[in-house]
Amino acid sequence: MRRLAAIVALVILATLPLWVSGTYYVNIASQVLFYAIFALGVNVLAGHAGLVTLGHAGLFGIAAYAAAKIMNAGYGHLSVATGALVVTLMAAGIFAVLALRGTGLGFVMITVALGQIVWGVAYRWISLTNGDNGITITGRPSPLGLSLTTPTRFYWATLIVFVVAVVSMAIFVASPFGASVRGTRDQPRRMNALGYHVWMIRFLAFLFSAFWSGVAGLLYLYYNQFVSPQAVALTASAEALLMVIAGGSATLLGPIAGAGLVVVMKNVASAYIERWNFVLGAIFVAIVVFMPEGLVPGVARLARRARGR
Amino acid sequence: MTALGVRGLEKRFGGLRVTAEVSLSVEPGERRLIIGPNGAGKTTLFNLITGELRPDGGSVTLFDRDITGVASRRRTHLGIARTYQIITLFQGETLLRNITLSLLGLSPLRWNPFVRLAKRDGLVAQARATLARVGLDDLADRPLAQTSYGERRRAEIAMALAQNPKVLLLDEPFAGLSIEERRDVLRLVNEIPRNVTIVMIEHDMDVALDFAERITVLHFGKVVVEGTRGEVVAHPRTKEIYLGE
Repeated sequence: MRRLAAIVALVILATLPLWVSGTYYVNIASQVLFYAIFALGVNVLAGHAGLVTLGHAGLFGIAAYAAAKIMNAGYGHLSVATGALVVTLMAAGIFAVLALRGTGLGFVMITVALGQIVWGVAYRWISLTNGDNGITITGRPSPLGLSLTTPTRFYWATLIVFVVAVVSMAIFVASPFGASVRGTRDQPRRMNALGYHVWMIRFLAFLFSAFWSGVAGLLYLYYNQFVSPQAVALTASAEALLMVIAGGSATLLGPIAGAGLVVVMKNVASAYIERWNFVLGAIFVAIVVFMPEGLVPGVARLARRARGR
Repeated sequence: MTALGVRGLEKRFGGLRVTAEVSLSVEPGERRLIIGPNGAGKTTLFNLITGELRPDGGSVTLFDRDITGVASRRRTHLGIARTYQIITLFQGETLLRNITLSLLGLSPLRWNPFVRLAKRDGLVAQARATLARVGLDDLADRPLAQTSYGERRRAEIAMALAQNPKVLLLDEPFAGLSIEERRDVLRLVNEIPRNVTIVMIEHDMDVALDFAERITVLHFGKVVVEGTRGEVVAHPRTKEIYLGE
Protein backbone atom coordinates (compact mmCIF):
# COMPACT_ATOMS: atom_id res chain seq x y z
CA MET A 1 0.00 0.00 0.00
CA ARG A 2 2.73 2.44 0.96
CA ARG A 3 4.87 1.30 -1.92
CA LEU A 4 1.91 1.79 -4.27
CA ALA A 5 1.36 5.30 -2.94
CA ALA A 6 5.04 6.09 -3.42
CA ILE A 7 4.94 4.86 -7.03
CA VAL A 8 1.80 6.85 -7.79
CA ALA A 9 3.36 9.97 -6.25
CA LEU A 10 6.53 9.45 -8.26
CA VAL A 11 4.60 9.00 -11.51
CA ILE A 12 2.63 12.18 -10.84
CA LEU A 13 5.79 14.14 -10.06
CA ALA A 14 7.70 12.76 -13.03
CA THR A 15 4.93 13.56 -15.53
CA LEU A 16 4.09 16.92 -13.98
CA PRO A 17 5.64 19.05 -16.75
CA LEU A 18 3.56 17.13 -19.31
CA TRP A 19 0.17 18.01 -17.87
CA VAL A 20 0.90 21.32 -16.19
CA SER A 21 0.49 24.16 -18.61
CA GLY A 22 3.17 26.77 -18.77
CA THR A 23 6.74 26.93 -17.58
CA TYR A 24 5.73 29.16 -14.69
CA TYR A 25 4.22 26.29 -12.76
CA VAL A 26 7.04 23.93 -13.70
CA ASN A 27 9.45 26.44 -12.20
CA ILE A 28 7.37 26.64 -9.03
CA ALA A 29 7.43 22.85 -8.83
CA SER A 30 11.24 22.96 -9.08
CA GLN A 31 11.30 25.45 -6.23
CA VAL A 32 9.07 23.25 -4.11
CA LEU A 33 11.44 20.34 -4.69
CA PHE A 34 14.66 22.05 -3.73
CA TYR A 35 13.08 23.78 -0.75
CA ALA A 36 11.74 20.37 0.25
CA ILE A 37 15.31 19.03 0.16
CA PHE A 38 16.34 21.95 2.38
CA ALA A 39 13.46 21.26 4.79
CA LEU A 40 14.34 17.55 4.90
CA GLY A 41 17.86 18.56 5.88
CA VAL A 42 16.64 20.91 8.61
CA ASN A 43 14.28 18.17 9.80
CA VAL A 44 17.21 15.87 10.59
CA LEU A 45 18.30 18.33 13.26
CA ALA A 46 15.07 20.03 14.31
CA GLY A 47 12.90 16.93 14.08
CA HIS A 48 14.97 13.84 14.70
CA ALA A 49 17.79 15.23 16.84
CA GLY A 50 15.57 17.72 18.68
CA LEU A 51 18.04 20.52 17.98
CA VAL A 52 16.08 23.47 16.67
CA THR A 53 18.22 25.43 14.26
CA LEU A 54 17.65 28.97 13.05
CA GLY A 55 20.89 29.23 11.14
CA HIS A 56 20.59 26.70 8.38
CA ALA A 57 20.00 29.31 5.69
CA GLY A 58 23.63 30.18 6.45
CA LEU A 59 24.72 26.72 5.30
CA PHE A 60 22.29 26.79 2.38
CA GLY A 61 23.78 30.13 1.41
CA ILE A 62 27.40 29.09 1.94
CA ALA A 63 26.81 26.31 -0.58
CA ALA A 64 25.27 28.76 -3.05
CA TYR A 65 27.97 31.41 -2.60
CA ALA A 66 30.80 28.88 -2.71
CA ALA A 67 29.39 27.37 -5.89
CA ALA A 68 28.99 30.82 -7.47
CA LYS A 69 32.56 31.79 -6.59
CA ILE A 70 34.02 28.52 -7.86
CA MET A 71 31.98 28.74 -11.05
CA ASN A 72 32.94 32.33 -11.78
CA ALA A 73 36.57 31.35 -11.25
CA GLY A 74 36.12 29.23 -14.35
CA TYR A 75 35.83 25.69 -13.01
CA GLY A 76 33.55 22.97 -14.39
CA HIS A 77 30.26 21.98 -12.85
CA LEU A 78 31.61 18.84 -11.19
CA SER A 79 34.21 20.91 -9.33
CA VAL A 80 31.54 23.48 -8.52
CA ALA A 81 29.25 20.90 -6.94
CA THR A 82 31.90 18.99 -4.99
CA GLY A 83 33.73 22.17 -3.98
CA ALA A 84 30.54 23.81 -2.73
CA LEU A 85 29.54 20.76 -0.72
CA VAL A 86 33.00 20.34 0.79
CA VAL A 87 33.03 24.01 1.83
CA THR A 88 29.52 23.62 3.28
CA LEU A 89 30.48 20.54 5.27
CA MET A 90 33.59 22.23 6.64
CA ALA A 91 31.54 25.26 7.65
CA ALA A 92 28.95 22.93 9.16
CA GLY A 93 31.67 21.22 11.18
CA ILE A 94 32.65 24.57 12.69
CA PHE A 95 28.98 25.51 13.20
CA ALA A 96 28.33 22.19 14.93
CA VAL A 97 31.32 22.41 17.27
CA LEU A 98 30.19 25.86 18.38
CA ALA A 99 26.44 25.26 18.48
CA LEU A 100 26.65 21.89 20.24
CA ARG A 101 28.08 23.59 23.31
CA GLY A 102 24.44 24.13 24.12
CA THR A 103 21.15 22.35 23.70
CA GLY A 104 17.64 23.74 23.70
CA LEU A 105 17.54 27.54 23.69
CA GLY A 106 21.32 27.81 23.87
CA PHE A 107 21.63 25.84 20.66
CA VAL A 108 18.99 27.98 18.95
CA MET A 109 20.72 31.21 19.92
CA ILE A 110 24.14 30.06 18.73
CA THR A 111 22.70 28.97 15.38
CA VAL A 112 20.99 32.37 15.04
CA ALA A 113 24.31 34.07 15.71
CA LEU A 114 26.18 31.88 13.22
CA GLY A 115 23.53 32.47 10.58
CA GLN A 116 23.79 36.22 11.15
CA ILE A 117 27.57 36.08 10.77
CA VAL A 118 27.11 34.47 7.36
CA TRP A 119 24.55 37.12 6.49
CA GLY A 120 26.95 39.84 7.64
CA VAL A 121 29.71 38.47 5.45
CA ALA A 122 27.35 38.20 2.49
CA TYR A 123 26.11 41.74 2.99
CA ARG A 124 29.25 43.59 4.05
CA TRP A 125 32.32 41.76 2.76
CA ILE A 126 31.80 43.26 -0.66
CA SER A 127 35.12 42.18 -2.17
CA LEU A 128 34.20 38.56 -1.48
CA THR A 129 30.44 38.45 -1.91
CA ASN A 130 29.62 41.59 -3.92
CA GLY A 131 27.42 42.71 -1.03
CA ASP A 132 23.80 43.53 -1.62
CA ASN A 133 24.16 43.15 -5.39
CA GLY A 134 24.86 39.46 -5.03
CA ILE A 135 26.66 37.19 -7.46
CA THR A 136 25.32 36.26 -10.85
CA ILE A 137 26.33 33.09 -12.67
CA THR A 138 25.59 31.99 -16.20
CA GLY A 139 24.83 28.45 -17.22
CA ARG A 140 23.58 25.25 -15.74
CA PRO A 141 25.37 21.91 -15.87
CA SER A 142 24.73 19.41 -18.66
CA PRO A 143 24.97 15.97 -17.04
CA LEU A 144 25.43 13.23 -19.68
CA GLY A 145 25.30 15.89 -22.36
CA LEU A 146 21.75 16.93 -21.47
CA SER A 147 21.48 20.65 -21.00
CA LEU A 148 19.37 21.75 -18.06
CA THR A 149 18.61 25.19 -19.36
CA THR A 150 14.94 24.54 -20.03
CA PRO A 151 12.61 24.65 -17.01
CA THR A 152 11.33 21.14 -17.71
CA ARG A 153 14.77 19.54 -17.87
CA PHE A 154 15.85 21.41 -14.74
CA TYR A 155 12.72 20.19 -13.00
CA TRP A 156 13.50 16.58 -13.84
CA ALA A 157 17.10 16.91 -12.67
CA THR A 158 15.87 18.45 -9.40
CA LEU A 159 13.33 15.65 -9.07
CA ILE A 160 16.09 13.03 -9.34
CA VAL A 161 18.10 14.75 -6.60
CA PHE A 162 14.92 15.08 -4.53
CA VAL A 163 14.16 11.36 -4.84
CA VAL A 164 17.71 10.52 -3.74
CA ALA A 165 17.26 12.85 -0.75
CA VAL A 166 13.94 11.25 0.22
CA VAL A 167 15.35 7.73 -0.09
CA SER A 168 18.41 8.68 1.97
CA MET A 169 16.09 10.09 4.65
CA ALA A 170 13.94 6.95 4.69
CA ILE A 171 17.04 4.77 5.08
CA PHE A 172 18.48 7.05 7.78
CA VAL A 173 15.24 7.08 9.78
CA ALA A 174 14.96 3.27 9.87
CA SER A 175 18.66 2.70 10.55
CA PRO A 176 20.36 2.06 13.88
CA PHE A 177 22.03 5.45 13.58
CA GLY A 178 18.64 7.08 13.07
CA ALA A 179 17.44 5.39 16.25
CA SER A 180 20.57 6.66 18.02
CA VAL A 181 19.82 10.22 16.89
CA ARG A 182 16.22 10.08 18.12
CA GLY A 183 17.42 8.54 21.36
CA THR A 184 19.68 11.52 22.02
CA ARG A 185 16.66 13.77 21.47
CA ASP A 186 14.38 11.88 23.89
CA GLN A 187 16.76 10.80 26.67
CA PRO A 188 20.27 12.20 26.23
CA ARG A 189 21.31 11.26 29.75
CA ARG A 190 20.14 7.69 29.41
CA MET A 191 21.78 7.42 25.99
CA ASN A 192 25.09 8.42 27.53
CA ALA A 193 24.61 5.88 30.30
CA LEU A 194 23.83 3.21 27.70
CA GLY A 195 27.23 3.79 26.11
CA TYR A 196 26.37 6.19 23.29
CA HIS A 197 28.60 9.13 22.40
CA VAL A 198 25.81 11.71 22.49
CA TRP A 199 27.94 14.62 21.26
CA MET A 200 29.35 12.70 18.31
CA ILE A 201 25.90 11.45 17.29
CA ARG A 202 24.62 15.02 17.27
CA PHE A 203 27.68 16.20 15.38
CA LEU A 204 27.19 13.62 12.64
CA ALA A 205 23.47 14.42 12.45
CA PHE A 206 24.45 18.07 12.01
CA LEU A 207 26.73 17.19 9.08
CA PHE A 208 24.05 15.02 7.45
CA SER A 209 21.58 17.86 7.84
CA ALA A 210 24.09 20.34 6.43
CA PHE A 211 24.84 18.12 3.45
CA TRP A 212 21.26 18.22 2.18
CA SER A 213 20.93 21.91 3.01
CA GLY A 214 24.03 22.44 0.87
CA VAL A 215 22.59 20.40 -1.98
CA ALA A 216 19.45 22.51 -1.81
CA GLY A 217 21.54 25.68 -1.83
CA LEU A 218 23.36 24.47 -4.93
CA LEU A 219 20.08 23.78 -6.74
CA TYR A 220 18.83 27.19 -5.61
CA LEU A 221 21.84 28.84 -7.25
CA TYR A 222 21.46 26.91 -10.48
CA TYR A 223 17.76 27.67 -10.54
CA ASN A 224 18.06 31.42 -9.94
CA GLN A 225 21.48 31.88 -11.56
CA PHE A 226 21.96 34.38 -8.76
CA VAL A 227 22.58 34.52 -5.03
CA SER A 228 22.29 37.51 -2.72
CA PRO A 229 22.24 38.12 1.07
CA GLN A 230 18.48 37.53 0.96
CA ALA A 231 19.17 33.80 0.67
CA VAL A 232 21.04 33.70 3.98
CA ALA A 233 18.82 36.07 5.96
CA LEU A 234 17.32 35.03 9.27
CA THR A 235 13.89 34.97 7.67
CA ALA A 236 15.11 32.28 5.27
CA SER A 237 16.19 30.12 8.23
CA ALA A 238 12.89 30.74 9.95
CA GLU A 239 11.01 29.84 6.80
CA ALA A 240 12.81 26.50 6.56
CA LEU A 241 12.01 25.78 10.19
CA LEU A 242 8.37 26.74 9.58
CA MET A 243 8.21 24.30 6.67
CA VAL A 244 9.35 21.53 9.02
CA ILE A 245 7.04 22.46 11.88
CA ALA A 246 3.99 23.20 9.71
CA GLY A 247 4.36 19.99 7.76
CA GLY A 248 5.19 17.80 10.74
CA SER A 249 8.64 17.48 12.26
CA ALA A 250 10.40 14.11 12.49
CA THR A 251 8.22 12.77 9.67
CA LEU A 252 9.31 12.02 6.12
CA LEU A 253 6.47 13.72 4.27
CA GLY A 254 5.95 16.64 6.65
CA PRO A 255 8.87 18.82 5.52
CA ILE A 256 7.95 18.17 1.90
CA ALA A 257 4.35 19.24 2.47
CA GLY A 258 5.58 22.26 4.44
CA ALA A 259 7.91 23.29 1.63
CA GLY A 260 5.03 22.93 -0.84
CA LEU A 261 2.79 25.08 1.31
CA VAL A 262 5.30 27.90 1.79
CA VAL A 263 6.52 28.04 -1.80
CA VAL A 264 3.02 27.89 -3.27
CA MET A 265 1.76 30.57 -0.91
CA LYS A 266 4.73 32.76 -1.71
CA ASN A 267 4.42 32.48 -5.46
CA VAL A 268 0.86 31.61 -6.37
CA ALA A 269 -1.18 33.26 -3.66
CA SER A 270 0.84 36.47 -3.90
CA ALA A 271 -0.44 36.85 -7.48
CA TYR A 272 -4.02 37.07 -6.22
CA ILE A 273 -3.72 38.48 -2.73
CA GLU A 274 -1.50 41.40 -2.04
CA ARG A 275 -1.16 40.57 1.66
CA TRP A 276 -0.16 36.95 1.04
CA ASN A 277 2.10 37.04 4.10
CA PHE A 278 -1.03 37.56 6.16
CA VAL A 279 -2.63 34.49 4.59
CA LEU A 280 0.48 32.41 5.25
CA GLY A 281 0.50 33.57 8.86
CA ALA A 282 -3.18 32.73 9.25
CA ILE A 283 -2.54 29.25 7.84
CA PHE A 284 0.28 28.69 10.32
CA VAL A 285 -1.91 29.79 13.19
CA ALA A 286 -4.63 27.42 12.00
CA ILE A 287 -2.12 24.55 11.80
CA VAL A 288 -0.81 25.25 15.28
CA VAL A 289 -4.33 25.42 16.71
CA PHE A 290 -5.92 22.46 14.94
CA MET A 291 -2.93 20.25 14.14
CA PRO A 292 -0.13 21.09 16.57
CA GLU A 293 1.76 18.00 15.41
CA GLY A 294 1.87 19.39 11.86
CA LEU A 295 -0.03 19.05 8.61
CA VAL A 296 0.92 15.48 7.65
CA PRO A 297 0.44 13.76 11.04
CA GLY A 298 -2.65 15.93 11.61
CA VAL A 299 -4.31 14.89 8.36
CA ALA A 300 -3.39 11.26 9.05
CA ARG A 301 -5.07 11.54 12.44
CA LEU A 302 -8.24 13.04 10.93
CA ALA A 303 -8.29 10.33 8.26
CA ARG A 304 -8.00 7.63 10.90
CA ARG A 305 -10.83 9.16 12.85
CA ALA A 306 -13.01 9.42 9.73
CA ARG A 307 -12.35 5.77 8.90
CA GLY A 308 -13.07 4.72 12.47
CA ARG A 309 -16.55 6.22 12.33
CA MET B 1 40.15 -8.60 43.89
CA THR B 2 37.24 -6.19 44.31
CA ALA B 3 34.58 -5.80 41.67
CA LEU B 4 33.85 -2.23 42.58
CA GLY B 5 36.14 -0.12 44.72
CA VAL B 6 35.50 3.40 45.93
CA ARG B 7 38.19 5.19 47.88
CA GLY B 8 37.89 8.50 49.68
CA LEU B 9 35.26 9.81 47.28
CA GLU B 10 34.37 13.49 47.68
CA LYS B 11 31.67 15.60 46.09
CA ARG B 12 30.57 19.10 46.99
CA PHE B 13 27.64 21.05 45.60
CA GLY B 14 28.61 24.56 46.58
CA GLY B 15 29.15 24.47 50.32
CA LEU B 16 27.27 21.20 50.74
CA ARG B 17 29.38 18.10 51.11
CA VAL B 18 27.13 15.51 49.48
CA THR B 19 29.72 12.76 49.48
CA ALA B 20 32.34 12.84 52.21
CA GLU B 21 35.27 10.45 52.11
CA VAL B 22 33.12 7.51 51.08
CA SER B 23 34.99 4.24 50.71
CA LEU B 24 33.43 0.97 49.62
CA SER B 25 34.79 -2.35 48.53
CA VAL B 26 32.36 -4.72 46.82
CA GLU B 27 33.50 -8.29 46.14
CA PRO B 28 32.74 -10.01 42.81
CA GLY B 29 29.27 -11.55 42.91
CA GLU B 30 28.36 -9.72 46.09
CA ARG B 31 24.89 -8.32 46.80
CA ARG B 32 25.38 -4.98 48.46
CA LEU B 33 22.67 -2.77 49.81
CA ILE B 34 23.18 0.93 50.40
CA ILE B 35 20.58 2.48 52.64
CA GLY B 36 20.13 5.86 54.18
CA PRO B 37 17.50 8.53 54.65
CA ASN B 38 16.56 11.09 52.02
CA GLY B 39 19.48 13.31 51.11
CA ALA B 40 22.10 10.88 52.41
CA GLY B 41 23.90 11.07 49.05
CA LYS B 42 23.00 7.64 47.73
CA THR B 43 22.13 8.61 44.18
CA THR B 44 25.05 11.03 44.06
CA LEU B 45 27.31 8.11 44.93
CA PHE B 46 25.89 6.18 41.96
CA ASN B 47 26.38 9.17 39.70
CA LEU B 48 30.01 9.34 40.82
CA ILE B 49 30.51 5.62 40.21
CA THR B 50 29.01 5.79 36.71
CA GLY B 51 30.86 9.00 35.92
CA GLU B 52 27.76 11.12 35.34
CA LEU B 53 29.26 13.39 38.00
CA ARG B 54 32.93 14.19 38.40
CA PRO B 55 34.22 13.70 41.94
CA ASP B 56 36.14 16.46 43.74
CA GLY B 57 38.47 13.85 45.16
CA GLY B 58 39.01 10.15 45.59
CA SER B 59 38.95 7.28 43.11
CA VAL B 60 36.71 4.60 41.63
CA THR B 61 38.03 1.21 40.52
CA LEU B 62 36.37 -1.52 38.48
CA PHE B 63 38.01 -4.92 38.95
CA ASP B 64 41.06 -3.11 40.32
CA ARG B 65 41.33 -0.85 37.28
CA ASP B 66 41.19 2.85 38.07
CA ILE B 67 38.29 4.34 36.10
CA THR B 68 38.09 7.73 37.84
CA GLY B 69 39.14 9.55 34.67
CA VAL B 70 37.20 7.34 32.25
CA ALA B 71 34.24 8.97 30.47
CA SER B 72 30.84 7.89 31.65
CA ARG B 73 29.82 6.21 28.40
CA ARG B 74 33.10 4.25 28.32
CA ARG B 75 32.40 2.85 31.80
CA THR B 76 29.26 1.31 30.34
CA HIS B 77 31.41 -0.46 27.78
CA LEU B 78 33.65 -1.68 30.61
CA GLY B 79 30.71 -3.40 32.29
CA ILE B 80 28.85 -0.98 34.56
CA ALA B 81 25.10 -0.67 34.05
CA ARG B 82 22.62 1.26 36.12
CA THR B 83 18.93 1.88 36.56
CA TYR B 84 17.37 5.19 37.51
CA GLN B 85 15.24 6.00 40.50
CA ILE B 86 13.13 8.23 38.25
CA ILE B 87 12.17 6.04 35.31
CA THR B 88 14.19 7.13 32.31
CA LEU B 89 12.84 5.30 29.29
CA PHE B 90 12.04 6.24 25.70
CA GLN B 91 8.45 7.37 25.97
CA GLY B 92 7.52 7.28 22.30
CA GLU B 93 8.91 3.81 21.59
CA THR B 94 7.76 0.26 22.22
CA LEU B 95 9.20 -1.81 25.05
CA LEU B 96 11.08 -3.85 22.47
CA ARG B 97 12.63 -0.76 20.92
CA ASN B 98 13.64 0.48 24.36
CA ILE B 99 15.57 -2.70 25.06
CA THR B 100 16.97 -2.74 21.52
CA LEU B 101 18.38 0.74 22.11
CA SER B 102 20.06 -0.56 25.23
CA LEU B 103 21.66 -3.44 23.32
CA LEU B 104 22.62 -1.13 20.49
CA GLY B 105 24.54 1.10 22.90
CA LEU B 106 27.28 -1.51 23.22
CA SER B 107 27.27 -2.51 19.56
CA PRO B 108 29.28 -0.84 16.79
CA LEU B 109 26.06 -1.09 14.79
CA ARG B 110 24.85 2.05 16.54
CA TRP B 111 26.80 4.15 14.04
CA ASN B 112 25.38 2.37 10.99
CA PRO B 113 23.08 4.62 8.91
CA PHE B 114 22.47 2.12 6.07
CA VAL B 115 20.73 -1.01 7.38
CA ARG B 116 17.24 -1.42 8.80
CA LEU B 117 17.29 -1.70 12.57
CA ALA B 118 14.04 -3.66 12.62
CA LYS B 119 15.61 -6.26 10.33
CA ARG B 120 18.55 -6.97 12.66
CA ASP B 121 17.02 -10.27 13.75
CA GLY B 122 19.78 -11.20 16.17
CA LEU B 123 19.50 -7.94 18.05
CA VAL B 124 15.71 -8.03 18.12
CA ALA B 125 15.67 -11.65 19.34
CA GLN B 126 18.12 -10.72 22.09
CA ALA B 127 15.88 -7.85 23.12
CA ARG B 128 12.86 -10.17 23.27
CA ALA B 129 14.84 -12.63 25.38
CA THR B 130 15.75 -9.85 27.80
CA LEU B 131 12.10 -8.84 28.09
CA ALA B 132 11.25 -12.47 28.81
CA ARG B 133 13.69 -12.40 31.74
CA VAL B 134 11.62 -9.70 33.39
CA GLY B 135 8.31 -11.23 32.30
CA LEU B 136 7.42 -8.55 29.77
CA ASP B 137 7.75 -10.55 26.54
CA ASP B 138 3.98 -10.48 26.00
CA LEU B 139 4.04 -6.69 25.93
CA ALA B 140 7.11 -6.35 23.72
CA ASP B 141 5.36 -4.48 20.92
CA ARG B 142 3.32 -2.23 23.17
CA PRO B 143 4.23 1.47 23.20
CA LEU B 144 5.74 2.48 26.50
CA ALA B 145 3.00 5.07 26.99
CA GLN B 146 0.48 2.21 27.29
CA THR B 147 2.30 0.28 30.01
CA SER B 148 1.73 0.43 33.74
CA TYR B 149 4.16 1.94 36.24
CA GLY B 150 5.11 -1.49 37.56
CA GLU B 151 5.84 -2.72 34.06
CA ARG B 152 8.05 0.27 33.46
CA ARG B 153 9.99 -0.44 36.64
CA ARG B 154 10.73 -3.91 35.32
CA ALA B 155 11.59 -2.50 31.89
CA GLU B 156 14.00 -0.14 33.63
CA ILE B 157 15.81 -3.16 35.07
CA ALA B 158 15.68 -4.94 31.71
CA MET B 159 17.47 -1.97 30.13
CA ALA B 160 20.42 -2.60 32.42
CA LEU B 161 20.26 -6.41 32.18
CA ALA B 162 20.31 -6.23 28.38
CA GLN B 163 23.83 -4.89 28.56
CA ASN B 164 25.02 -7.98 30.37
CA PRO B 165 26.89 -5.94 32.97
CA LYS B 166 29.56 -7.12 35.36
CA VAL B 167 28.48 -4.58 37.95
CA LEU B 168 24.82 -3.64 38.17
CA LEU B 169 23.71 -0.55 40.07
CA LEU B 170 20.03 -0.51 41.00
CA ASP B 171 18.72 2.85 42.18
CA GLU B 172 15.57 2.26 44.25
CA PRO B 173 14.10 -0.43 42.02
CA PHE B 174 11.09 -0.80 44.33
CA ALA B 175 10.15 2.88 44.41
CA GLY B 176 6.43 3.42 44.02
CA LEU B 177 5.53 -0.26 43.72
CA SER B 178 2.81 -2.19 45.51
CA ILE B 179 3.79 -5.01 47.87
CA GLU B 180 2.98 -7.59 45.22
CA GLU B 181 4.97 -5.82 42.56
CA ARG B 182 7.88 -5.47 44.96
CA ARG B 183 7.89 -9.20 45.44
CA ASP B 184 8.00 -9.68 41.65
CA VAL B 185 10.91 -7.30 41.27
CA LEU B 186 12.77 -8.88 44.19
CA ARG B 187 12.36 -12.33 42.61
CA LEU B 188 13.65 -10.90 39.38
CA VAL B 189 16.71 -9.43 41.09
CA ASN B 190 17.34 -12.68 42.96
CA GLU B 191 17.35 -14.57 39.66
CA ILE B 192 20.28 -12.54 38.32
CA PRO B 193 23.25 -14.92 38.16
CA ARG B 194 26.20 -14.60 40.51
CA ASN B 195 28.66 -13.46 37.88
CA VAL B 196 26.90 -10.08 38.17
CA THR B 197 27.85 -7.96 41.14
CA ILE B 198 24.87 -5.97 42.36
CA VAL B 199 24.78 -2.75 44.36
CA MET B 200 21.30 -1.61 45.29
CA ILE B 201 20.16 1.66 46.78
CA GLU B 202 17.02 1.49 48.81
CA HIS B 203 15.29 4.06 50.86
CA ASP B 204 12.98 1.59 52.51
CA MET B 205 14.96 -0.95 54.50
CA ASP B 206 12.28 -3.61 54.94
CA VAL B 207 11.90 -4.57 51.28
CA ALA B 208 15.50 -4.92 50.34
CA LEU B 209 16.76 -6.57 53.46
CA ASP B 210 16.25 -10.10 52.13
CA PHE B 211 18.39 -9.26 49.14
CA ALA B 212 21.45 -7.93 50.93
CA GLU B 213 24.52 -9.75 52.08
CA ARG B 214 26.32 -6.69 53.23
CA ILE B 215 24.79 -3.34 53.99
CA THR B 216 26.26 0.14 53.95
CA VAL B 217 24.42 2.90 55.76
CA LEU B 218 24.96 6.39 54.42
CA HIS B 219 24.05 9.48 56.39
CA PHE B 220 24.82 13.07 55.37
CA GLY B 221 27.22 11.79 52.73
CA LYS B 222 29.23 9.64 55.13
CA VAL B 223 29.44 5.90 55.63
CA VAL B 224 28.06 5.47 59.13
CA VAL B 225 27.79 1.72 59.47
CA GLU B 226 28.92 -1.14 57.30
CA GLY B 227 28.73 -4.87 57.84
CA THR B 228 26.70 -7.99 57.29
CA ARG B 229 22.95 -7.82 57.36
CA GLY B 230 22.75 -8.93 60.96
CA GLU B 231 25.45 -6.58 62.16
CA VAL B 232 23.94 -3.54 60.51
CA VAL B 233 20.41 -4.25 61.62
CA ALA B 234 21.55 -4.69 65.21
CA HIS B 235 23.79 -1.63 65.18
CA PRO B 236 22.56 1.19 67.42
CA ARG B 237 23.48 3.89 64.88
CA THR B 238 21.21 2.29 62.26
CA LYS B 239 18.31 2.39 64.68
CA GLU B 240 19.11 5.95 65.56
CA ILE B 241 19.13 7.10 61.95
CA TYR B 242 16.06 5.16 60.99
CA LEU B 243 13.96 5.54 64.07
CA GLY B 244 15.30 8.85 65.29
CA GLU B 245 16.02 7.50 68.73
